Amino acid sequence: MAPSEAIKTNALQKRFGKVTAVEELSLGVKSGELFGLVGSDGAGKTTTLRMLAGIMDPTGGETLVLGRNMAQEAEEVRGDIGYMSQRFGLYPDLTVLENLRFYADIHMIPARERGGRIDELLGFSNLTPFKERLAGKLSGGMKQKLGLACALVHRPRVLFLDEPTNGVDPVSRRDFWRILHGLLGEGVTILVATAYLDEAERCHRVGLMHRGRLLACDTPKGLKGLMTGGVLEFTTEEPRRAVRLLSADFPSGSVALFGEKLHLYYADDPEEARERAIASLKKAGLEAPRVRQVEPSLEDLFVSLLR
Amino acid sequence: MNGANATTTGESPEAQVSLHELTRRFGDFTAVDRVTLDVARGEIFGFLGPNGAGKSTTIRMLCGILPPSSGSGTVAGYDIATQSEQIKNQIGYMSQKFSLYEELTVEENIDFYSGIYRIPAGKKAERKEWVIEMAGLAEQRGTRAQALSGGWKQRLALGCAVLHEPPIVFLDEPTSGVDPISRRSFWELIYRLSGEGVTIFVTTHYMEEAECCDRLGFIFGGELIALGTPAELKAGFPGQIVEIGCERPFELLQRVESLPGVKSSALFGAGLHLAVENAEQTIAAIGRELPDLDLRMERITPSLEDLFVSFMQAQGRAASS
Repeated sequence: MAPSEAIKTNALQKRFGKVTAVEELSLGVKSGELFGLVGSDGAGKTTTLRMLAGIMDPTGGETLVLGRNMAQEAEEVRGDIGYMSQRFGLYPDLTVLENLRFYADIHMIPARERGGRIDELLGFSNLTPFKERLAGKLSGGMKQKLGLACALVHRPRVLFLDEPTNGVDPVSRRDFWRILHGLLGEGVTILVATAYLDEAERCHRVGLMHRGRLLACDTPKGLKGLMTGGVLEFTTEEPRRAVRLLSADFPSGSVALFGEKLHLYYADDPEEARERAIASLKKAGLEAPRVRQVEPSLEDLFVSLLR
Repeated sequence: MNGANATTTGESPEAQVSLHELTRRFGDFTAVDRVTLDVARGEIFGFLGPNGAGKSTTIRMLCGILPPSSGSGTVAGYDIATQSEQIKNQIGYMSQKFSLYEELTVEENIDFYSGIYRIPAGKKAERKEWVIEMAGLAEQRGTRAQALSGGWKQRLALGCAVLHEPPIVFLDEPTSGVDPISRRSFWELIYRLSGEGVTIFVTTHYMEEAECCDRLGFIFGGELIALGTPAELKAGFPGQIVEIGCERPFELLQRVESLPGVKSSALFGAGLHLAVENAEQTIAAIGRELPDLDLRMERITPSLEDLFVSFMQAQGRAASS
């Protein structure tokens, strides 16, 4: 293993009875990298994260975190790993400050360092004004930030985040990502599972999981190269009707709604697809749409690959 | 899409949901503060706001679960304060915690809800098939709910919520934590219901879903601070938005936000969005300050996320973030 790889798995596998949750999963995450894990529900993202964080044992394969084999040497690196699960264990009847102190105790942060570290975490998560508030009374966005702060109390060098921004409003989501940015600046390696593809777009590399397997793993740009053909964006007056019309005329999975715009995936010839689509809309009495070729997004890739 | 008027003062006869100065207080705390709005039949109405803004409290009042402190409202023509029993037959409700019985199969869950909603015996089989077809669950009929993935569960929960063919459906963050493909199929179901004349009242934190709504209301600190179609709301955006396409957005973020005329900046997909006073000036300034970087800069129509963030900042985010 290259010393610059903070996380490395070889043919990782997890079976629950007859169900295979993760199969033949091999990936490497470089030190200081921000790596995104995306995939449909039940694809195996959470199971993978749990194995990587050393919380669950695999039924096959191996994991190395910071060069240590998690099957034999997990204790050696436990102090370097931070893990934030989907339902992070905050104590609702403790205050923000008490939750942080509790996690500082668990991680045995020496008393003389504790106060400074907690102040620092409160500061960068913007939770200082709320330190006396009960965790149960925090908004969803603040809870997630407190969860992150607790997961960071022991200064981990590798951080695993399982869909940390689910149910969080857009402003808090922006704050959360700003914090992650700060951590990257400190050299922390971050592996984040997310259901938001716009978040995956800003990861250095992205792994796409499907039915327990890693289908593809590359930079966002590289992944988009997997799309055969390209994307035409249509702006029309009645987008929902236009989607229905075009879905009938084009192969299944080649039309999708993006807000008020419509995306058409073509295999080889954009001009042919453009003309055919315009003719089909015109026949139904829809005004000529504005059409332009756009760069595919990860969501385009997802829709065209998995639908 | 729909001609409902954003300025009506409530209680219009056409409206399926009509609120006038609706207010709910808990002790000294006003959770919902004089909310007035109408939602027309067949409309998809998106109700947006940060966590804790009063969205769920409003929905609970509309469902007849929680009485208002003052003001009034009707749902399907029934008074929410005095006719909650009638309202319950007119509405479907689904939240992010899908109320399915994990140890029951798909069919058993549907049968269970058929009983709760008192679907007549002669109609039960037909409604069951309708749900199974709508949710695409034909092959999972005998599967226990606990073995279904999030997207399947969500479609089953929606099917169960509309078994009794309610004219109005309330969806409280129905797609939270569901993968992008499942979210898409879910919205196709919503369009289908709306096309059949069902009124949809939905809350979401996904701004691309908000784009799919006919009309939107933004609630903050219990008050409705904006109401209109996505296009109307964007047209009212204060300032301009510059989109920057770049390779390393994180590094760029801090360098551009100190430039004059930049009100706020944020990661947006693979690039950045800057809220600025004057897009042309900012684009020129960035070109001068950072000539070494190969940036693609463009003034764009604000996205709903830009709009949401600007509302929240204007309302004083310190108390809410």
